[in-house]
Amino acid sequence: MTHISVKVDGTTYEDEVEPRLLLIHYLRDRLGLTGTPIGCDTSNCGACTVELDGTAVKSCTVLAVQADGSEVTTVQGLAHDGELTALQRAFHERHALQCGYCTPGMIMAARDLLREHPHPTPDEVRHGLEGNLCRCTGYQNIVRAVLDVSEEEEVTA
Amino acid sequence: MIPPAFEYACPSSVDEAVRMLADAGEDAKVLAGGQSLLPLMRLRLAFPELVVDVNRIPELRGVREDGDALVIGAMTTHHDVIADPLVRRHAGLLAATTSTVADPAVRHRGTLGGSLAHADPAGDLPAVVLVMDGELVAQGPRGRRTIPAREFFVDYLQSALAPDELLVEVRIPKAEGWGFRYEKFHRVAQAWPIVGVAALVRRDDGHIAEARVGLTNMGTTPLRAPAAEEALSGAGDPDAVAQAAQEAAQGTRPSQDTSASPEYRAHLARVLTKRAVLAAAGMG
Repeated sequence: MTHISVKVDGTTYEDEVEPRLLLIHYLRDRLGLTGTPIGCDTSNCGACTVELDGTAVKSCTVLAVQADGSEVTTVQGLAHDGELTALQRAFHERHALQCGYCTPGMIMAARDLLREHPHPTPDEVRHGLEGNLCRCTGYQNIVRAVLDVSEEEEVTA
Repeated sequence: MIPPAFEYACPSSVDEAVRMLADAGEDAKVLAGGQSLLPLMRLRLAFPELVVDVNRIPELRGVREDGDALVIGAMTTHHDVIADPLVRRHAGLLAATTSTVADPAVRHRGTLGGSLAHADPAGDLPAVVLVMDGELVAQGPRGRRTIPAREFFVDYLQSALAPDELLVEVRIPKAEGWGFRYEKFHRVAQAWPIVGVAALVRRDDGHIAEARVGLTNMGTTPLRAPAAEEALSGAGDPDAVAQAAQEAAQGTRPSQDTSASPEYRAHLARVLTKRAVLAAAGMG
Protein backbone atom coordinates (compact mmCIF):
# COMPACT_ATOMS: atom_id res chain seq x y z
CA MET A 1 0.00 0.00 0.00
CA THR A 2 1.16 3.49 -0.80
CA HIS A 3 0.04 6.62 0.95
CA ILE A 4 -1.38 9.36 -1.25
CA SER A 5 -2.67 12.83 -0.62
CA VAL A 6 -4.77 14.18 -3.43
CA LYS A 7 -7.12 17.10 -3.78
CA VAL A 8 -10.25 16.21 -5.72
CA ASP A 9 -12.82 18.86 -6.61
CA GLY A 10 -11.54 21.05 -3.81
CA THR A 11 -11.41 18.43 -1.05
CA THR A 12 -8.12 16.88 0.09
CA TYR A 13 -8.13 13.13 0.67
CA GLU A 14 -5.48 11.04 2.42
CA ASP A 15 -5.58 7.37 1.49
CA GLU A 16 -3.65 4.14 1.39
CA VAL A 17 -3.90 2.64 -2.08
CA GLU A 18 -2.54 -0.32 -3.94
CA PRO A 19 -0.12 0.86 -6.67
CA ARG A 20 -2.20 -0.90 -9.31
CA LEU A 21 -5.32 1.10 -8.44
CA LEU A 22 -6.24 3.25 -11.42
CA LEU A 23 -7.22 6.86 -10.90
CA ILE A 24 -10.69 6.25 -12.32
CA HIS A 25 -11.31 3.43 -9.83
CA TYR A 26 -10.03 5.59 -7.00
CA LEU A 27 -12.42 8.37 -7.97
CA ARG A 28 -15.43 6.13 -8.45
CA ASP A 29 -15.00 3.30 -5.98
CA ARG A 30 -13.13 4.97 -3.11
CA LEU A 31 -14.40 8.53 -3.28
CA GLY A 32 -17.83 7.72 -4.71
CA LEU A 33 -17.42 10.29 -7.47
CA THR A 34 -19.38 8.35 -10.04
CA GLY A 35 -20.02 11.38 -12.25
CA THR A 36 -16.99 10.27 -14.25
CA PRO A 37 -17.87 7.05 -16.09
CA ILE A 38 -15.67 4.28 -17.41
CA GLY A 39 -16.20 3.71 -21.09
CA CYS A 40 -13.82 1.62 -23.12
CA ASP A 41 -11.33 0.90 -20.35
CA THR A 42 -8.46 1.16 -22.84
CA SER A 43 -7.83 4.92 -23.22
CA ASN A 44 -9.67 5.17 -26.52
CA CYS A 45 -13.02 6.69 -25.72
CA GLY A 46 -12.30 9.57 -23.34
CA ALA A 47 -15.41 9.07 -21.18
CA CYS A 48 -13.22 9.02 -18.05
CA THR A 49 -11.42 12.30 -18.84
CA VAL A 50 -10.60 14.43 -15.79
CA GLU A 51 -8.14 17.23 -15.14
CA LEU A 52 -4.90 16.39 -13.40
CA ASP A 53 -3.13 19.55 -12.32
CA GLY A 54 -5.07 21.53 -14.88
CA THR A 55 -4.70 19.37 -17.97
CA ALA A 56 -7.06 16.76 -19.35
CA VAL A 57 -6.02 13.13 -18.90
CA LYS A 58 -7.76 9.81 -19.33
CA SER A 59 -8.13 8.60 -15.78
CA CYS A 60 -8.25 4.95 -16.86
CA THR A 61 -4.62 5.30 -17.93
CA VAL A 62 -3.17 7.01 -14.86
CA LEU A 63 -2.40 5.28 -11.57
CA ALA A 64 -3.92 6.74 -8.43
CA VAL A 65 -0.43 6.87 -6.87
CA GLN A 66 0.63 9.12 -9.72
CA ALA A 67 -1.90 11.70 -8.55
CA ASP A 68 -0.18 11.95 -5.16
CA GLY A 69 0.30 15.62 -4.32
CA SER A 70 -1.82 16.68 -7.26
CA GLU A 71 -5.13 18.33 -7.84
CA VAL A 72 -7.85 16.51 -9.73
CA THR A 73 -10.96 18.14 -11.13
CA THR A 74 -13.86 15.98 -12.26
CA VAL A 75 -17.03 17.06 -13.98
CA GLN A 76 -18.59 17.13 -10.52
CA GLY A 77 -16.26 19.92 -9.45
CA LEU A 78 -17.34 22.40 -12.12
CA ALA A 79 -20.68 23.80 -11.01
CA HIS A 80 -20.79 25.88 -7.84
CA ASP A 81 -23.93 26.15 -5.72
CA GLY A 82 -25.93 24.61 -8.51
CA GLU A 83 -24.73 27.22 -10.96
CA LEU A 84 -23.56 25.54 -14.18
CA THR A 85 -20.51 26.80 -16.03
CA ALA A 86 -20.98 28.44 -19.41
CA LEU A 87 -19.82 25.25 -21.11
CA GLN A 88 -22.22 23.07 -19.17
CA ARG A 89 -25.04 25.48 -19.99
CA ALA A 90 -24.11 25.39 -23.66
CA PHE A 91 -24.26 21.58 -23.65
CA HIS A 92 -27.71 21.86 -22.07
CA GLU A 93 -28.99 24.53 -24.42
CA ARG A 94 -27.60 22.95 -27.57
CA HIS A 95 -28.80 19.52 -26.54
CA ALA A 96 -25.23 18.33 -26.93
CA LEU A 97 -25.97 14.85 -25.63
CA GLN A 98 -28.15 11.92 -26.42
CA CYS A 99 -27.52 9.13 -23.93
CA GLY A 100 -25.13 11.34 -21.94
CA TYR A 101 -22.48 8.73 -21.27
CA CYS A 102 -19.70 10.62 -23.07
CA THR A 103 -20.78 14.02 -21.71
CA PRO A 104 -18.50 14.28 -18.64
CA GLY A 105 -15.47 13.44 -20.76
CA MET A 106 -16.59 15.71 -23.58
CA ILE A 107 -16.94 18.61 -21.17
CA MET A 108 -13.54 18.04 -19.58
CA ALA A 109 -11.86 17.68 -22.98
CA ALA A 110 -13.66 20.77 -24.28
CA ARG A 111 -12.38 22.78 -21.29
CA ASP A 112 -8.88 21.71 -22.19
CA LEU A 113 -9.45 22.67 -25.81
CA LEU A 114 -10.81 26.12 -24.91
CA ARG A 115 -7.86 26.81 -22.62
CA GLU A 116 -5.46 26.23 -25.52
CA HIS A 117 -7.67 27.69 -28.25
CA PRO A 118 -10.11 30.16 -26.70
CA HIS A 119 -11.66 30.82 -30.13
CA PRO A 120 -11.36 27.59 -32.08
CA THR A 121 -12.60 26.96 -35.59
CA PRO A 122 -15.10 24.11 -36.05
CA ASP A 123 -12.21 22.06 -37.39
CA GLU A 124 -10.11 22.76 -34.30
CA VAL A 125 -13.02 21.71 -32.10
CA ARG A 126 -13.31 18.41 -33.94
CA HIS A 127 -9.59 17.77 -33.68
CA GLY A 128 -9.51 18.86 -30.05
CA LEU A 129 -12.22 16.34 -29.20
CA GLU A 130 -10.87 13.50 -31.30
CA GLY A 131 -10.02 11.44 -28.24
CA ASN A 132 -13.63 11.47 -27.07
CA LEU A 133 -16.13 9.18 -28.69
CA CYS A 134 -19.88 9.69 -28.71
CA ARG A 135 -21.44 6.38 -29.61
CA CYS A 136 -24.76 8.07 -30.31
CA THR A 137 -22.76 10.04 -32.91
CA GLY A 138 -24.17 13.28 -31.57
CA TYR A 139 -21.10 15.25 -32.57
CA GLN A 140 -22.85 18.07 -34.40
CA ASN A 141 -24.48 19.50 -31.31
CA ILE A 142 -21.39 18.93 -29.20
CA VAL A 143 -19.32 20.96 -31.63
CA ARG A 144 -22.02 23.65 -31.69
CA ALA A 145 -22.03 23.85 -27.91
CA VAL A 146 -18.27 24.31 -27.73
CA LEU A 147 -18.36 26.95 -30.46
CA ASP A 148 -21.17 28.77 -28.63
CA VAL A 149 -19.04 29.15 -25.55
CA SER A 150 -16.00 30.23 -27.51
CA GLU A 151 -18.03 33.04 -29.01
CA GLU A 152 -18.93 34.45 -25.63
CA GLU A 153 -16.90 37.45 -24.56
CA GLU A 154 -15.36 35.84 -21.55
CA VAL A 155 -14.45 32.19 -21.68
CA THR A 156 -15.10 30.80 -18.26
CA ALA A 157 -15.60 27.23 -19.31
CA MET B 1 -9.68 -4.41 -16.23
CA ILE B 2 -7.25 -4.18 -13.37
CA PRO B 3 -3.49 -4.55 -13.80
CA PRO B 4 -1.71 -7.38 -12.00
CA ALA B 5 -0.19 -6.38 -8.66
CA PHE B 6 3.27 -4.83 -8.73
CA GLU B 7 5.72 -3.00 -6.52
CA TYR B 8 5.88 0.71 -7.24
CA ALA B 9 8.92 2.96 -7.00
CA CYS B 10 9.10 6.64 -7.77
CA PRO B 11 12.75 7.74 -7.93
CA SER B 12 13.65 11.42 -7.97
CA SER B 13 16.87 11.19 -9.99
CA VAL B 14 18.20 9.28 -12.98
CA ASP B 15 20.92 7.68 -10.84
CA GLU B 16 18.36 6.40 -8.38
CA ALA B 17 16.16 5.06 -11.20
CA VAL B 18 19.07 3.24 -12.81
CA ARG B 19 20.05 1.69 -9.46
CA MET B 20 16.50 0.42 -8.99
CA LEU B 21 16.45 -1.06 -12.50
CA ALA B 22 19.82 -2.73 -11.97
CA ASP B 23 18.70 -4.23 -8.65
CA ALA B 24 15.46 -5.54 -10.13
CA GLY B 25 16.94 -7.30 -13.14
CA GLU B 26 14.51 -8.20 -15.89
CA ASP B 27 11.36 -8.00 -13.77
CA ALA B 28 11.14 -4.21 -13.79
CA LYS B 29 9.46 -1.88 -16.23
CA VAL B 30 9.97 1.85 -16.59
CA LEU B 31 6.73 3.81 -16.44
CA ALA B 32 7.02 6.92 -18.59
CA GLY B 33 3.76 8.51 -19.72
CA GLY B 34 2.03 5.18 -19.27
CA GLN B 35 -0.16 5.52 -22.33
CA SER B 36 1.11 2.26 -23.78
CA LEU B 37 2.38 0.41 -20.71
CA LEU B 38 -0.73 0.83 -18.55
CA PRO B 39 -3.12 -0.48 -21.24
CA LEU B 40 -0.72 -3.40 -21.79
CA MET B 41 -0.73 -4.16 -18.08
CA ARG B 42 -4.49 -3.86 -17.91
CA LEU B 43 -4.83 -6.33 -20.76
CA ARG B 44 -2.37 -8.55 -18.84
CA LEU B 45 0.03 -8.54 -21.75
CA ALA B 46 2.71 -7.13 -19.43
CA PHE B 47 3.13 -8.01 -15.76
CA PRO B 48 6.26 -6.45 -14.31
CA GLU B 49 7.04 -7.11 -10.65
CA LEU B 50 8.39 -3.62 -10.22
CA VAL B 51 7.22 -0.46 -11.93
CA VAL B 52 9.76 2.38 -11.83
CA ASP B 53 7.83 5.59 -12.38
CA VAL B 54 10.18 8.23 -13.82
CA ASN B 55 7.59 11.01 -13.92
CA ARG B 56 9.10 12.84 -10.96
CA ILE B 57 12.59 13.25 -12.35
CA PRO B 58 12.76 16.88 -13.50
CA GLU B 59 16.09 16.44 -15.34
CA LEU B 60 14.34 14.18 -17.86
CA ARG B 61 12.07 16.94 -19.15
CA GLY B 62 12.65 19.87 -21.44
CA VAL B 63 14.34 20.88 -24.66
CA ARG B 64 17.71 22.57 -25.11
CA GLU B 65 20.17 23.33 -27.87
CA ASP B 66 23.59 21.77 -28.05
CA GLY B 67 25.41 23.15 -31.07
CA ASP B 68 23.89 21.64 -34.19
CA ALA B 69 21.55 19.38 -32.26
CA LEU B 70 18.42 19.66 -30.21
CA VAL B 71 18.43 17.69 -26.99
CA ILE B 72 14.99 16.62 -25.89
CA GLY B 73 14.56 15.08 -22.46
CA ALA B 74 13.07 11.61 -22.73
CA MET B 75 10.14 12.51 -20.46
CA THR B 76 9.14 15.59 -22.43
CA THR B 77 5.47 15.05 -23.19
CA HIS B 78 4.07 15.04 -26.70
CA HIS B 79 2.13 18.15 -25.76
CA ASP B 80 5.31 19.97 -24.76
CA VAL B 81 7.22 18.77 -27.83
CA ILE B 82 4.52 20.20 -30.11
CA ALA B 83 4.49 23.54 -28.31
CA ASP B 84 8.24 23.94 -27.93
CA PRO B 85 9.62 26.83 -30.03
CA LEU B 86 13.01 25.14 -30.50
CA VAL B 87 11.41 21.95 -31.79
CA ARG B 88 9.13 23.90 -34.10
CA ARG B 89 12.05 25.85 -35.51
CA HIS B 90 14.66 23.10 -35.84
CA ALA B 91 12.69 19.87 -35.99
CA GLY B 92 9.45 20.75 -37.72
CA LEU B 93 8.88 17.16 -38.82
CA LEU B 94 8.93 16.00 -35.22
CA ALA B 95 6.52 18.74 -34.08
CA ALA B 96 4.13 18.13 -36.97
CA THR B 97 4.12 14.35 -36.57
CA THR B 98 3.76 14.47 -32.80
CA SER B 99 0.61 16.56 -33.23
CA THR B 100 -0.94 13.56 -35.02
CA VAL B 101 -0.14 11.08 -32.24
CA ALA B 102 -3.25 9.79 -30.43
CA ASP B 103 -5.35 12.64 -28.99
CA PRO B 104 -4.84 15.70 -26.76
CA ALA B 105 -5.41 13.91 -23.44
CA VAL B 106 -2.99 11.13 -24.35
CA ARG B 107 -0.47 13.72 -25.54
CA HIS B 108 -0.58 15.38 -22.12
CA ARG B 109 0.79 12.19 -20.56
CA GLY B 110 2.62 10.37 -23.35
CA THR B 111 6.30 11.18 -23.83
CA LEU B 112 8.77 11.19 -26.70
CA GLY B 113 11.16 8.86 -24.91
CA GLY B 114 8.40 6.52 -23.87
CA SER B 115 7.09 6.07 -27.38
CA LEU B 116 10.60 5.45 -28.73
CA ALA B 117 11.55 2.98 -26.00
CA HIS B 118 8.24 1.16 -26.56
CA ALA B 119 9.53 0.50 -30.11
CA ASP B 120 6.14 -0.21 -31.58
CA PRO B 121 6.59 -0.46 -35.37
CA ALA B 122 3.16 1.17 -35.73
CA GLY B 123 4.20 4.15 -33.60
CA ASP B 124 4.58 7.37 -35.55
CA LEU B 125 7.67 8.79 -33.87
CA PRO B 126 10.29 6.05 -34.38
CA ALA B 127 10.31 6.58 -38.18
CA VAL B 128 10.60 10.33 -37.64
CA VAL B 129 13.61 10.04 -35.35
CA LEU B 130 15.13 7.54 -37.79
CA VAL B 131 14.70 9.84 -40.76
CA MET B 132 16.11 12.80 -38.82
CA ASP B 133 19.23 10.76 -37.99
CA GLY B 134 18.48 11.11 -34.30
CA GLU B 135 20.49 9.60 -31.48
CA LEU B 136 19.25 8.14 -28.24
CA VAL B 137 21.17 8.57 -25.02
CA ALA B 138 20.80 5.80 -22.45
CA GLN B 139 22.10 5.77 -18.92
CA GLY B 140 22.95 2.56 -17.14
CA PRO B 141 25.03 1.49 -14.14
CA ARG B 142 28.20 1.88 -16.21
CA GLY B 143 27.40 5.39 -17.41
CA ARG B 144 25.93 6.84 -20.57
CA ARG B 145 26.04 5.67 -24.14
CA THR B 146 24.68 7.12 -27.34
CA ILE B 147 22.79 4.86 -29.72
CA PRO B 148 22.06 5.97 -33.30
CA ALA B 149 18.37 5.62 -34.16
CA ARG B 150 19.20 3.11 -36.91
CA GLU B 151 20.59 0.76 -34.23
CA PHE B 152 18.03 1.51 -31.54
CA PHE B 153 15.01 -0.31 -32.96
CA VAL B 154 15.88 -3.98 -32.81
CA ASP B 155 12.63 -5.86 -33.33
CA TYR B 156 8.91 -5.74 -32.61
CA LEU B 157 8.52 -3.85 -29.29
CA GLN B 158 12.22 -4.32 -28.66
CA SER B 159 14.81 -1.57 -28.41
CA ALA B 160 18.56 -1.72 -27.86
CA LEU B 161 18.09 -0.65 -24.23
CA ALA B 162 19.35 -3.13 -21.65
CA PRO B 163 16.99 -3.89 -18.75
CA ASP B 164 19.10 -1.71 -16.46
CA GLU B 165 19.30 1.22 -18.87
CA LEU B 166 17.06 4.27 -18.92
CA LEU B 167 16.54 6.37 -22.03
CA VAL B 168 17.40 9.88 -20.87
CA GLU B 169 17.71 12.07 -23.96
CA VAL B 170 16.90 12.18 -27.63
CA ARG B 171 19.33 14.16 -29.78
CA ILE B 172 18.02 15.44 -33.10
CA PRO B 173 20.30 17.21 -35.59
CA LYS B 174 18.76 20.54 -36.54
CA ALA B 175 17.06 20.29 -39.90
CA GLU B 176 16.82 23.85 -41.16
CA GLY B 177 16.08 24.34 -44.81
CA TRP B 178 14.54 20.88 -45.16
CA GLY B 179 10.94 20.50 -46.23
CA PHE B 180 9.05 17.86 -44.32
CA ARG B 181 5.82 15.89 -44.19
CA TYR B 182 4.42 12.90 -42.36
CA GLU B 183 1.61 11.07 -44.11
CA LYS B 184 -0.26 8.21 -42.55
CA PHE B 185 -3.19 6.07 -43.45
CA HIS B 186 -5.46 4.84 -40.70
CA ARG B 187 -9.02 3.66 -40.39
CA VAL B 188 -10.20 6.23 -37.86
CA ALA B 189 -8.68 9.37 -36.35
CA GLN B 190 -7.00 7.74 -33.35
CA ALA B 191 -6.11 4.39 -34.86
CA TRP B 192 -2.54 3.25 -35.32
CA PRO B 193 -1.32 3.90 -38.83
CA ILE B 194 -1.64 0.96 -41.19
CA VAL B 195 1.36 2.58 -42.87
CA GLY B 196 3.04 5.94 -42.30
CA VAL B 197 5.72 7.75 -44.25
CA ALA B 198 8.04 10.48 -42.96
CA ALA B 199 9.75 12.57 -45.61
CA LEU B 200 12.53 15.13 -45.33
CA VAL B 201 13.55 16.91 -48.51
CA ARG B 202 16.31 19.37 -49.27
CA ARG B 203 15.87 21.20 -52.56
CA ASP B 204 18.48 22.82 -54.69
CA ASP B 205 17.63 24.92 -57.73
CA GLY B 206 14.17 23.40 -58.16
CA HIS B 207 15.39 19.83 -57.91
CA ILE B 208 15.46 17.45 -54.97
CA ALA B 209 19.06 17.47 -53.79
CA GLU B 210 18.49 14.93 -51.03
CA ALA B 211 15.45 13.07 -49.80
CA ARG B 212 15.04 10.88 -46.76
CA VAL B 213 12.10 8.55 -46.43
CA GLY B 214 11.14 6.74 -43.22
CA LEU B 215 8.50 4.02 -43.08
CA THR B 216 6.12 3.26 -40.20
CA ASN B 217 4.63 -0.21 -39.86
CA MET B 218 6.34 -1.69 -42.90
CA GLY B 219 8.19 -4.30 -40.83
CA THR B 220 9.00 -5.16 -37.23
CA THR B 221 10.97 -1.92 -36.85
CA PRO B 222 10.77 1.52 -38.46
CA LEU B 223 12.67 1.51 -41.74
CA ARG B 224 14.33 3.82 -44.20
CA ALA B 225 13.53 3.40 -47.89
CA PRO B 226 17.01 3.63 -49.44
CA ALA B 227 15.97 2.72 -52.98
CA ALA B 228 13.34 5.46 -53.02
CA GLU B 229 15.76 7.93 -51.43
CA GLU B 230 18.29 7.29 -54.14
CA ALA B 231 15.73 7.46 -56.92
CA LEU B 232 14.39 10.76 -55.58
CA SER B 233 17.75 12.44 -55.76
CA GLY B 234 17.64 14.85 -58.66
CA ALA B 235 13.88 14.59 -59.20
CA GLY B 236 12.65 17.88 -60.58
CA ASP B 237 8.93 17.46 -61.12
CA PRO B 238 5.93 15.56 -59.72
CA ASP B 239 6.18 12.83 -62.34
CA ALA B 240 9.76 12.08 -61.39
CA VAL B 241 8.75 11.97 -57.71
CA ALA B 242 5.87 9.61 -58.48
CA GLN B 243 8.24 7.38 -60.40
CA ALA B 244 10.81 7.30 -57.60
CA ALA B 245 8.12 6.63 -54.98
CA GLN B 246 7.46 3.28 -56.70
CA GLU B 247 10.65 2.07 -54.99
CA ALA B 248 9.38 2.87 -51.47
CA ALA B 249 8.51 -0.68 -50.44
CA GLN B 250 11.59 -2.32 -51.94
CA GLY B 251 13.27 -4.72 -49.53
CA THR B 252 10.51 -4.49 -46.92
CA ARG B 253 8.56 -7.38 -45.41
CA PRO B 254 5.41 -5.79 -44.03
CA SER B 255 3.14 -7.81 -41.80
CA GLN B 256 -0.25 -9.29 -42.44
CA ASP B 257 -2.95 -8.43 -39.92
CA THR B 258 -6.64 -7.65 -39.72
CA SER B 259 -6.07 -4.18 -41.19
CA ALA B 260 -4.04 -4.99 -44.27
CA SER B 261 -2.17 -7.54 -46.36
CA PRO B 262 1.55 -7.11 -47.09
CA GLU B 263 0.70 -6.19 -50.69
CA TYR B 264 -1.70 -3.50 -49.57
CA ARG B 265 0.88 -2.11 -47.16
CA ALA B 266 3.43 -1.96 -49.98
CA HIS B 267 0.89 -0.09 -52.09
CA LEU B 268 0.28 2.37 -49.25
CA ALA B 269 4.01 2.91 -48.79
CA ARG B 270 4.33 3.90 -52.46
CA VAL B 271 1.30 6.19 -52.45
CA LEU B 272 2.14 7.85 -49.13
CA THR B 273 5.78 8.31 -50.14
CA LYS B 274 4.67 10.15 -53.23
CA ARG B 275 2.31 12.37 -51.23
CA ALA B 276 4.79 13.03 -48.42
CA VAL B 277 7.70 13.84 -50.73
CA LEU B 278 5.62 16.07 -53.00
CA ALA B 279 4.42 18.00 -49.97
CA ALA B 280 7.88 18.15 -48.39
CA ALA B 281 9.37 19.38 -51.67
CA GLY B 282 6.66 21.99 -52.11
CA MET B 283 5.61 20.34 -55.35
CA GLY B 284 2.22 19.20 -54.08
